[in-house]
Amino acid sequence: MANKRKKVPDVNTSSTADIAFLLLIFFLVTSSMDTDSGLARRLPPPPQDETQLSEIKVQRRNLLVVLVNSLNQTMVGDEHYDNLNQMQGKTGKQSLKDKVKEFVVNPNNSEDLPELFEEDFGPPVGTLRVTKDHVISLQNDNTTSYKTYLAVQNELVKAYNELRNEAAKRYYNRPYEELLTDEKDLINKVYPQRISEAEPKDYGGKKK
Amino acid sequence: MGKFNKSGGREMPALNTASLPDMIFAILFFFMVTTTMREVTLMVKFRVPDASEIQKLEKKSLVTYIYMGQPIDTKFGTGTFMQLNDKFAEVEDIHDYIAQERNMLNEQDQQYMTVSLKVDEDTQMRYVTEVKQALRRAYALKISYSARKRDN
Repeated sequence: MANKRKKVPDVNTSSTADIAFLLLIFFLVTSSMDTDSGLARRLPPPPQDETQLSEIKVQRRNLLVVLVNSLNQTMVGDEHYDNLNQMQGKTGKQSLKDKVKEFVVNPNNSEDLPELFEEDFGPPVGTLRVTKDHVISLQNDNTTSYKTYLAVQNELVKAYNELRNEAAKRYYNRPYEELLTDEKDLINKVYPQRISEAEPKDYGGKKK
Repeated sequence: MGKFNKSGGREMPALNTASLPDMIFAILFFFMVTTTMREVTLMVKFRVPDASEIQKLEKKSLVTYIYMGQPIDTKFGTGTFMQLNDKFAEVEDIHDYIAQERNMLNEQDQQYMTVSLKVDEDTQMRYVTEVKQALRRAYALKISYSARKRDN
């Protein structure tokens, strides 16, 4: 009985909380919580030789050229935008996004817009007329600011995203984000993203 | 019934803090798991542009960063500098840098390697184009233009 009474004294644990706090604060300070996000793009593989560059020919009607100049103005087709607000259609002009959507879909089978091809995508999409050869060519000047360039890229991607979302709602009754991977792949096949970031050009004889 | 007599005075019982360390440890482990250590010290300052159609970069271990902007230390000047790892670099260095980063990944992960371009919004496109061309030559074709979230 005497044995039981002689307990080993407890270790004083009142400072464990402080130690844990110190560690916590250390990790808070040294770590970065922000997950990186951005516009995902895929670059074309490097040209094998110079001749390959000129061989790729695209029919005029299948090509939409988006030009961004050194004053950060954007030109697409016969429309030009002086700033971001105009580009987003806030000033009454047809926005770049709508312009791209019209170009990709070619709803009225217009002569100036890309050729429509009938293609069978399988259920639930079925046979559809799509502009499978269209190319959006984004060209910029050497002194274009990165901000404008990315804003234009953003509008182009937005046009595709909206088209895909509409298609997803039409065929699956769900928004694009909620689709399964193979359903997404099918929609992506209907509206493939064909943005070409052109080989750099020097306009106006600026020296490098 | 001794249980009910109030002879012991009416002091507030002391709050039992025995579980406090456990709670703090739980928070600590949460932060340890969810965060990554800052791996480079930034030598350029940049403000990435904003965009609405951005995607999150899922796996951090597969992402390689290229920073471009004005140097923080003004003795280097005010032009556009590029930072790879912990030092300033030239466009020619990108090829080696990408090869080195790619070798650190598993073989099956190498195709998923993404290069995140953290570029200041006031940068002229000529620098970005040069970097893009260098990335193409290095076969780092998956890129991401780092941007902040903007609505609309």
